[in-house]
Amino acid sequence: MKYAIIGAGPAGIEAASVLAAHGKEVTLFEKAPSPLKNIADKAFLFPNFAPADEMVQTLDKKLQNELITVLYDTEITDLSRVALTGTVESYGDYAATMPQSSFAIPSEWKLTDAKGHTYFANKVLVTTGYTPFDAHRKEELGYGIYKGIHTSIEMEKMIRHKLFFLMIRRPPRRIVFLQCVGSRDEKSGNHYCSKVCCVTAVKQAIEVKKLLPNTDVFVFYMDLRMWGQGFEEMYRQSQETYGVRFVRGRISEASGTFDGRVQIKAEDTLMGLPMKMTTDLLVLMVGMEASEGTRQIGHSCNICGDYGFIHTIDPHLQDNLTSHKDLYAAGTCKRPMSLTDSVNDARAAALAMLDS
Amino acid sequence: MNKFGFSIAHTRSTDLDTANLGKAEELLQRVPSYKLCIGCGGCTAACTAGLFTDFNIRRIHTQFARGQYKGLDRRLQSCMLCGKCLLVCPRGVNTRALIVEMRRLLNNTDPA
Ligand code: SF4
Ligand code: SF4
Ligand code: SF4
Repeated sequence: MKYAIIGAGPAGIEAASVLAAHGKEVTLFEKAPSPLKNIADKAFLFPNFAPADEMVQTLDKKLQNELITVLYDTEITDLSRVALTGTVESYGDYAATMPQSSFAIPSEWKLTDAKGHTYFANKVLVTTGYTPFDAHRKEELGYGIYKGIHTSIEMEKMIRHKLFFLMIRRPPRRIVFLQCVGSRDEKSGNHYCSKVCCVTAVKQAIEVKKLLPNTDVFVFYMDLRMWGQGFEEMYRQSQETYGVRFVRGRISEASGTFDGRVQIKAEDTLMGLPMKMTTDLLVLMVGMEASEGTRQIGHSCNICGDYGFIHTIDPHLQDNLTSHKDLYAAGTCKRPMSLTDSVNDARAAALAMLDS
Repeated sequence: MNKFGFSIAHTRSTDLDTANLGKAEELLQRVPSYKLCIGCGGCTAACTAGLFTDFNIRRIHTQFARGQYKGLDRRLQSCMLCGKCLLVCPRGVNTRALIVEMRRLLNNTDPA
């Protein structure tokens, strides 16, 4: 039995390690030259402020297993079902309409990479993950146009490498975070909530206050979704201990000032009045979108769901199964989720693969 | 001088760059639990004074926090200091102390 996993992120690696622990041979395909692209630049993880590096090291260590082979720079662009005799047959809609018992012909998955190489596996797990929302698409927020406007991804790097002074050349007096950039937004085409940006803003606000106690920090929000264990406590702590200010209202536009700062406009909805202020740094909390790889795999075997994420059979009890036999999905390729949920989901997927 | 019926319109917008936040900062020092306010309006909903007048305690303390003190002193007179608002606040804000301190800060004899 050969197992293949597409995407060497936290979910892919976690699932591989579970399969390997059960004595299975696993091949991980990663299009980047190294694993864990999305968390490699993170500073700390919510809600316990554990250094992201520790997580990266732990996951990296799990890859050091003789049953796990990782193929880097290998982008799987096509996934299809082939009969073991060697003739290619499209599985597609056929699979959805036929009862399981009619799959008498032994078949396996054929994975084709961008260079045209092919690989074969009996069971495939898709962990192709997410990509951050491209803030250029929200032109009114001035990203890429004015100085001092950055995404939460860049902010995380600034915190990690303590780069504030390089980016804006003076100690900031004020930093403003804006939630829901590219999420919960008709104009971006994304009605969903990205789930992690609220708590990330609170986390980053605390980090900023730890590094720069005299900087005023504001968070503009539509709703604050502190759904996880310890999140609401973090929110309280950000107010009580660090004096972070929260304003309910969505920033409608941001523009540069003559002295290189950023002017923002919003409604202070609790007052029912428009509000404006200048800030040294505006941080856009960008949401999660289906990654290029997720869309590609989704389309190649027809398991594309809403917004380009992978569709699973049932959100409750069959959330790792797709409409194809022996094809599974886990992590943020399915929908936005936290790192914690993503690795848990990967373990569940590995067990589902072992079960069937 | 003739009056032509025109006057300069002042913006209703809150400008945090020019706002005078001195008293607001002092209020947070005196009633630290106010840092935890989430603007839920539980205090206003519980307030008896607010049922019969346009007195809105949530609005008043939010306005105070934004540095807009005008008229608050008079409006705060409607409060009976009964403390019902204190009982419902989900964040444990000491609203009664908040009201007393707002009054003190708005009173010109107060050093702040
Ligand atoms: S987690 Fe918060 S910031 Fe992110 S999309 Fe949801 S509500 Fe908006
Ligand atoms: S009930 Fe408490 S948290 Fe809610 S608005 Fe009033 S003071 Fe703030
Ligand atoms: S203390 Fe004042 S604001 Fe609070 S419920 Fe009583 S009257 Fe209303």
